[in-house]
Amino acid sequence: MAYLELKNVNKTYGEGKSATEVLTDINLTIEEGEFVAIVGFTGSGKTTLVNLINGLLKPTSGEVLFKGEPVVDTSHERGVIFQNYSLLPWLSVGQNVAMAVKVAFPNEKKAFIKERVAQYVEMVNLSPAINKRPKELSGGMRQRVAVARALAMNPEMIIMDEPLGALDALTRGNLQDEILKIWSKDKRTALLITNDVDEGIYMADRIIPLRPGPRATLGPEFKIDIERPRDKTELNDNPVYKKTRNAIIEYLMGIGEERKAISKKLYELPDLAPKSFVA
Amino acid sequence: MKQSVTVNKTQELKLAGAAKAALSKFKVKSPKFDLKTFLRKVIVPLASILLFIGLWHIGAKALFNIEADYKIQKALTDQGQAAANAMAACIASGDISCQPNTLPSPAQVWESFNTLIADHKVISADKLAFKEKTAALNEKRISEGKDPITYTGRPSFVDQIFTSLKTVFAGFLLAFFIAVPIGIIIGLSDTLRNAFNWLIQVFKPVSPVVWLLLVFMIVKTMTKDSNSDSAFIISFISVGLCAMWATLVNTAMGVSSVDKDYINVAKVLKLGPLQKVFKVILPSSLPLIFTGLRITLSVAWMVLIAIELLAQSPGLGSFVWEEFQNGANDSNSKIIVAMFIIGIIGFLLDRIMLTIQNMVSFNKNATA
Repeated sequence: MAYLELKNVNKTYGEGKSATEVLTDINLTIEEGEFVAIVGFTGSGKTTLVNLINGLLKPTSGEVLFKGEPVVDTSHERGVIFQNYSLLPWLSVGQNVAMAVKVAFPNEKKAFIKERVAQYVEMVNLSPAINKRPKELSGGMRQRVAVARALAMNPEMIIMDEPLGALDALTRGNLQDEILKIWSKDKRTALLITNDVDEGIYMADRIIPLRPGPRATLGPEFKIDIERPRDKTELNDNPVYKKTRNAIIEYLMGIGEERKAISKKLYELPDLAPKSFVA
Repeated sequence: MKQSVTVNKTQELKLAGAAKAALSKFKVKSPKFDLKTFLRKVIVPLASILLFIGLWHIGAKALFNIEADYKIQKALTDQGQAAANAMAACIASGDISCQPNTLPSPAQVWESFNTLIADHKVISADKLAFKEKTAALNEKRISEGKDPITYTGRPSFVDQIFTSLKTVFAGFLLAFFIAVPIGIIIGLSDTLRNAFNWLIQVFKPVSPVVWLLLVFMIVKTMTKDSNSDSAFIISFISVGLCAMWATLVNTAMGVSSVDKDYINVAKVLKLGPLQKVFKVILPSSLPLIFTGLRITLSVAWMVLIAIELLAQSPGLGSFVWEEFQNGANDSNSKIIVAMFIIGIIGFLLDRIMLTIQNMVSFNKNATA
């Protein structure tokens, strides 16, 4: 039995004439302990897909199964790292994490919660900033708080919606390594949504492109057969890396061309002349 | 009445500038004396105050002359040259009996202010003496189960201020306890918001006077058998009802427009409904609720004067009205003193609310 399974999932926003089909016919299986990346253009419905999996949205038709059970609501088993951090601005770093820990471990004592908060804040190297508000932090630090908050709940599966999209290359690299470290330590299942092919190849076991919306659907999967731990600098010379990367980019470019071709459609204009036109 | 309110507002602005200047005087303590900042923050507001007082003085003088000329002219046509000369001499001598009744000059207003303060001192001394005199008697009356004798003399100007503050505070609390809970409830539910929207839209623009009459109708009947202070009850309820709408609308708006990201966080963390309200929705709508409360307090202070004036309840409003009816020589300048006091207190109340708002809210950028 697959760990997470999406069967013929469709998602439509709105009704009647104004309805827009965002996702059509999504089929996806993720096994336990796997790291899967979904790569797609911006605006192709990636966030909608994430919200279907974490339970914030319900599919218009089709099924989302988590450990064989249909997903009807959000769950502590699936931790989410949002694209825009979504930290509560009136709480400090520690309080933001503590809020998650408290709901994930409702029966634990205060000391346990305090210790766990400190542990996860330390893990993302933010101990000096534990009493600061999100406003006082840089983008990278905020994203690290969001990571700590999601992981402190001890989820079985981590769902990441372009978590590093807004960060600079250096911070991005560091956080990629941190996420990989956490993932490999407890062998959790991870789903990464990204628009960066290199990031996907570096981190994931499989890459699945999402064809652009409306009516977005998943493309063929690409397996990344590169041994872990992967080294970023060596990766550039790895023939498997080069081959996979070229294949994915070619595929995505192909979609881009297709999109352009669609827009080249000729519109026939009516043959009209102004009333008082004298030739 | 309406005119006095609008004039009051510009006054308030001037005074706001003055207070800021006074504050910044203390702030300029950097080792380097910055002439430009000093000029802008101290000299310019001071100059504007002097200009204002100067214009006021000139205007008052012009009005005084028009009124005086008219009086002399009238004496001339009615009673002849001798009477006109007598009138001119009388006006020039500053005799109270023949002074023209018009806009008082700044000096007169200042004088009236001092008179009012002196009057307050006299009355409080009187009160104290009365208290001492009746202390023994009152103890005896209480032990016999009778009501103690209280001072029933005329209240001083300062007493009126405190009465007004008490009324506005009671009205504000009433508005707070009605508007915030209802605002939260209708903010949370689309159905309730639609159900109550017409009510809010219809009652929001109703004039304070009409609210007063409505409250009067109800309270008069309800307090028929008791001898409680119905004027106070009527005025504070009317103030609360007039002023609560801003808070109600802002709270409902703040609660209903919480950032979707925060709601998603609450959902992903699986917070219960109460936790969601108290830990996510309320903190994020606090800035808007406080903006509403600030508007409520300033509206409450503004309508209070009108309501006291109509409800015959003691306070600054009735002070202004009584002075106007009184028509004594210094009545006009006392009214102007009251106007300044009303403006300054309104300004201070707003500052207090702003300070509280900055203390409790995560949004530290709230300004006037």
